[in-house]
Amino acid sequence: MKVSAIITLKKDVLDPQGKVIHQALDGMGFNSVNEVRQGKYFEIDVKENDPKKAKDLVEDMCKKLLANLVIENYKIIETQ
Amino acid sequence: MKSSVITFPGSNCDRDMDVALTKFGFKNKMVWHNDQELPKSDLIVLPGGFSYGDYLRCGSMASKSKIMNSVINFAKSGGLVMGICNGFQILVEAGLVPGVLLRNKYLQFICKNVHVKIDNKENTFFKNLDKKVLEFHIAHNEGNYFCTNDQLKEIEDNNQIAIYYCDQNGNTNDQINPNGSIKNIAGILNKEKNVLGMMPHPERMIDESLSGEDGSIFFKNLLNNIK
Repeated sequence: MKVSAIITLKKDVLDPQGKVIHQALDGMGFNSVNEVRQGKYFEIDVKENDPKKAKDLVEDMCKKLLANLVIENYKIIETQ
Repeated sequence: MKSSVITFPGSNCDRDMDVALTKFGFKNKMVWHNDQELPKSDLIVLPGGFSYGDYLRCGSMASKSKIMNSVINFAKSGGLVMGICNGFQILVEAGLVPGVLLRNKYLQFICKNVHVKIDNKENTFFKNLDKKVLEFHIAHNEGNYFCTNDQLKEIEDNNQIAIYYCDQNGNTNDQINPNGSIKNIAGILNKEKNVLGMMPHPERMIDESLSGEDGSIFFKNLLNNIK
C-alpha cells in the first residue's frame, strides 16, 4: 500500500529558499504571489494492506526520521 | 587520554581531527559508523563533513547509524562528546543537544575565519581557558542555529550557550553574525555540560604557518581539563 506524506516548515521558521523562489517568480512576472514555502514530499510503499495500520506506520516514520518536529510539521495526505 | 573519532560515509574532517588530537597528546582511534562498540575513550568526536551527502536533513541519516546508539549511551552516562560542524548537526538530530541547524540566512556556503566569544567556562571543554575570544574557522551551508522560544529560554536559564560569533573584541551583534543564528549562537552544550556541539573548526587552527594557533590553545586546555 502506498502512503504519501508532506513535510512543511512550521509557520515561524525562516525559509530562505522559499523567499528566493518567490523573488524569482516575481521577476518572471508572477506578481500575485504572497509567499512561497518549500517542503518535502514522500511516497512510501509499505508492506501493509490495512490503510489505518499503513498510515500509523508512516506517521511513526515521520516522527522519528522524516520530519524534525522542532522546525517541521508532517501531514499524511493519501493512502492507496 | 584516549579519544575516538567517528567516521561516517561523507565525513571529511575526521583525519584533520585525528591529526589535531594526536598532536596535543590524545591516543586517538578512528571508529567506523557501522561498528557497534566504542573503544574505551575519554572523549568522542563527531567530525565535520557531509555525512550521507546531507540527504534528508544534514546529519539526520548519520544520527541513526549503528555506532550512534553507543555514542548516545556514552553521552547519557556522562561521557564527553564533541560534535564539530556536521558533527554538531548529527548531535542535534540525535537529540543530544537542543535545537536545529537551518540553511544559512543568505543561502551562501560560508568559508572564513571567525571570532567566537566563550560565554560559559563552567564545563570541561572551556574551563581554565585564559582567553575570552578565540579565532576559529567556519565552513558550512547549514549553520543557522534555530530553536523554539521555549527551548531558548531553557538553554539560557541552564547556561547552555557555549560560544557566540563575535568581533575580535568580543562584541556580538547582527553585523558579525555570519549565518543568521539566533543570538549569534555558534556552539551549544547539553544540560549536563558533557556534550558540546559547535559549527567552528578548532582542528583547522593548530598550525601558525597554515592558519592560526587558537585551536592549539583549545586542544591543549581540553587535554589538561580531562587529565
